[in-house]
Amino acid sequence: MNLATLVIGLAVATALWSGVAALNAQARASYDKAAAVLGEAGAASFVAAGSSFIPQTSYVALRRAGLPVSPVLEGTLRIGGVSYRVVGIEPLTSPKSSAGGHLATSADLEAFLKQPGRTLVAPETLAELGVAPGAQPATEQGRTLPPLAAADAVAPGLLVVDIGAAQTLLGRDGQLSRLILAAGAGTETRALPSDLRETLRIEKADETGDLARLTDSFHLNLTAFGFLAFIVGLFIVHASIGLAFEQRLTSVRTLRATGVSLKTLIAAHMCEAVMFALVTGVLGVIGGYLIAAALLPDVAASLQGLYGAHVGGHLAIDARWWLSGLGMALAGALAAYGAGLLKIARMPVLAIAKPLAWREAQALHLKRQGIAAVVALTIALAAYVGGTGLEAGFAVIAGVLLGSALLLPLVLAGVLRLGERGASSALSQWFWADTRQQLSGLSLALMALLLALAANVGVGTMVEGFRKTFTAWLDERLNSEIYFDAAGVPEAREIEAWLGQRPDVSAVLPVWKAETRIAGWPVDVFGTRDHATYRDHFTLLAQSDGAWDAMRDGRGALVSEQLARRMSLGIGDAIELPTARDTWRVPIVGLYPDYGNPKGQVRVNVDALVAHWPDARRTSYSLRVVPGRAGDLIRDMQAALGGKLARVVDQAALKTMSKQIFERTFAVTGALNTLTLLVSGVALFASLLTLSGVRLAQVAPVWALGVTRRRLGDLEVGKVVLLAAVTAVLAVPLGLALAWCLVAIVNVQAFGWRLPFHVFPSQWALIFALAVLTAFVAAIIPVVRLARTAPQDLLKVFANER
Amino acid sequence: MLRGVDLALARGESLALLGESGSGKSTLLHLIGGLDDADGGEIVLDGVHLTGQSDGDRSELRRERVGIVFQQFNLVPSLTVAGNLAFQARIAGRFDAAWQKELVGRLGLEGLERRYPEQLSGGQQQRVAIGRALAVKPRLLLADEPTGNLDEATGDDVLGLALDLVAATGCGFLMATHSTRLAQRLDRQVTLAKGVLVVP
Repeated sequence: MNLATLVIGLAVATALWSGVAALNAQARASYDKAAAVLGEAGAASFVAAGSSFIPQTSYVALRRAGLPVSPVLEGTLRIGGVSYRVVGIEPLTSPKSSAGGHLATSADLEAFLKQPGRTLVAPETLAELGVAPGAQPATEQGRTLPPLAAADAVAPGLLVVDIGAAQTLLGRDGQLSRLILAAGAGTETRALPSDLRETLRIEKADETGDLARLTDSFHLNLTAFGFLAFIVGLFIVHASIGLAFEQRLTSVRTLRATGVSLKTLIAAHMCEAVMFALVTGVLGVIGGYLIAAALLPDVAASLQGLYGAHVGGHLAIDARWWLSGLGMALAGALAAYGAGLLKIARMPVLAIAKPLAWREAQALHLKRQGIAAVVALTIALAAYVGGTGLEAGFAVIAGVLLGSALLLPLVLAGVLRLGERGASSALSQWFWADTRQQLSGLSLALMALLLALAANVGVGTMVEGFRKTFTAWLDERLNSEIYFDAAGVPEAREIEAWLGQRPDVSAVLPVWKAETRIAGWPVDVFGTRDHATYRDHFTLLAQSDGAWDAMRDGRGALVSEQLARRMSLGIGDAIELPTARDTWRVPIVGLYPDYGNPKGQVRVNVDALVAHWPDARRTSYSLRVVPGRAGDLIRDMQAALGGKLARVVDQAALKTMSKQIFERTFAVTGALNTLTLLVSGVALFASLLTLSGVRLAQVAPVWALGVTRRRLGDLEVGKVVLLAAVTAVLAVPLGLALAWCLVAIVNVQAFGWRLPFHVFPSQWALIFALAVLTAFVAAIIPVVRLARTAPQDLLKVFANER
Repeated sequence: MLRGVDLALARGESLALLGESGSGKSTLLHLIGGLDDADGGEIVLDGVHLTGQSDGDRSELRRERVGIVFQQFNLVPSLTVAGNLAFQARIAGRFDAAWQKELVGRLGLEGLERRYPEQLSGGQQQRVAIGRALAVKPRLLLADEPTGNLDEATGDDVLGLALDLVAATGCGFLMATHSTRLAQRLDRQVTLAKGVLVVP
């Protein structure tokens, strides 16, 4: 039984850890592939100063000046409702380490360059599109891709085409996004021809790794959850190994008495630990692969929805997470064996088998745990007061969780002592006293249960709070009835004119956009027109007097919460926005929430936007429509404007899409949460089952004195349910503390926004019921076993010749 | 295991059950105490037929009419001396504070009431076990090698106390033992050999 517990504990802990590691490795491999399309990390490039496109003539001028640059055009297009990143390259000049460079040395070069050309895609993208190599899918703008060809080096979700084909597909004739410098070329703008020094700027390699950087927080959160699950699993291992050592003490004494050296005994135990770790580690890694494969679609959808990052749909087997899983299993097993071996090493030979009186042992153990708890809580406090960054946030959470878990047996012992004092009948007194005695055997499992329940309360509170806030925020933010993108600027003008004649359209509101970077972070600058839609519904967290008037006059900007936090800016401060020509210093007149957006965002008057970014994207609009007319208007727009529209979507569809992204993002968290709770259930079950043999000797005298087996069984279930119920009650404040840490520290550090803190008592009731149910299910088998124990077996306890 | 055993014990009488290991002494004690159910035959305790009774009925009988003392003491480890002494009497609803106080005094347990079993010597534990068994004022006291885990002097002492208290309560006393020396201190002696009763 002990062996099964050990194997289950270590395998489950390793499975959850390596599952999360596999998901992270898969995502990071996809980002690396995406980045490698343009060359190895470290390649700098020229971009247009102020984020506009580079004219192709600049490229020609630079080549003529002898600079080793290669042109790239990047953009996004949609096929079948899914966004894909398009990268146009010129293979003959591409860096050798890039996908284009590899192409230049391969036999496919001719096919890539000659009409109709090739679209290089990852095999996963072919599968996602549901087409065979050679197919030519059409974009939503009605343009046809060059024939698709599978290429392993291309990241999922990426379409690599010849630069000319990219310009056609994206409608950017004669325009380029960047010019990649060959490795080793100087990165000084002084090397540029004088007429280009003003229009081009160098973008260093670290500015291009946005995807990896933006998604870092997401992966850190995932890793933290995996680690929590691993720790919960380790509690099982620790409990079962501790018990195994207690049971072995007699054999150890005999072996020591017969001359086996301490060194040999320890070496034998270490070999056993390594063997268990390797066997269970392999099982765990296989389990981790299955968990990761099951969660990958949701993780991929979250990364796509939140960051626009494509992650391959098929899990790759990476030696690194295999080894990391085995390493964690080994570390866990050795840590758990360590305590037992230390005990053996320190004890005199003849004292080893003398069990320490339980009360004395428990008191000593509780004292040590109390000290460890104080240390953990002090570390948490120190991290809260003195730490900065996401790591400090997680240190606070880890300290609070660990400290509280270590305090649990102390608190439970106190509660049980109070219960014992208040009990009047002999059986109830025995019930409380015996539960207290049982505590030491169950404390690790109960600590695991506390952590799992607190994680459920904490994450549940955070997710529900986020859902509530996000839904309300979406309702206010997405106030217009229709949103559309025009295919280009001339088309946008035509559409505006067409809409102007519609009596059911009450306002045409431009939502034009320029892109810039502040302190290396990507920032979207939106230009909007003054309208009641914003004044009445756009939620501001803080604003100065006359904020909307300042916006209207181009004298102020609204800044997203995460950008303001990152830049340590507030109302009244000025934000410096690098524009196409210069730096625009504009006062901040309002701060607004922008939940879920990894980029920074600024909102200014649309005319001010165009004045500072003449090439801003002027194709997105929202429409205010007479109630009940949105559906008809969309149909009319599609019929009358056809190809002039790149996209048109109504408010409900946009909200549904946003909520779907939200739900899938937290589906992963939910799944990990459930798995953690399951692990703690297994821990409780395993501990009870292992203890049931020991329990026989403790309950048999009570049975002999005239308490029926049935009654004893009921009392045994009652004890476990009582312990779980008290643990669940304690898990609520701990879970709320965890939620507070997530909302006030981790979210702010990871994403830059802070959620209002809501509590959901109905959720607590559910968690409480779940804990009691978990305890009941875990207790029922050992208790049924006890209740069905034949009197002959119970009598063995009293037999003289045991 | 037991064959043709025919035995009667009167109120206030003490009987020693002698026999080698595996002779069936403990089995007989367990059957009489309602801890186990016999395959056949008849056991009558204080007018109640035990054979074929349900677990619940046998538990009730044990609780109210039988006191049992085991070789391994088998005290309830989570309860104090006072808790152990009172346990059976309280669950049987027959707790008598004055009698408990007298037991504590006669068994020499004064000052030990708040201790736990693990904090007592073997002799002290066995005295608590005897006190627990007699606190309910049973009709029959069963003792299975009560001195087996004690040294000779302590064993003599403990048995003396048990006999005094049996005399005070007037209950029957059946003790299984290996020791003919100790058996001589009881009113009668019978021997079991391979499950068969041998009357000397």
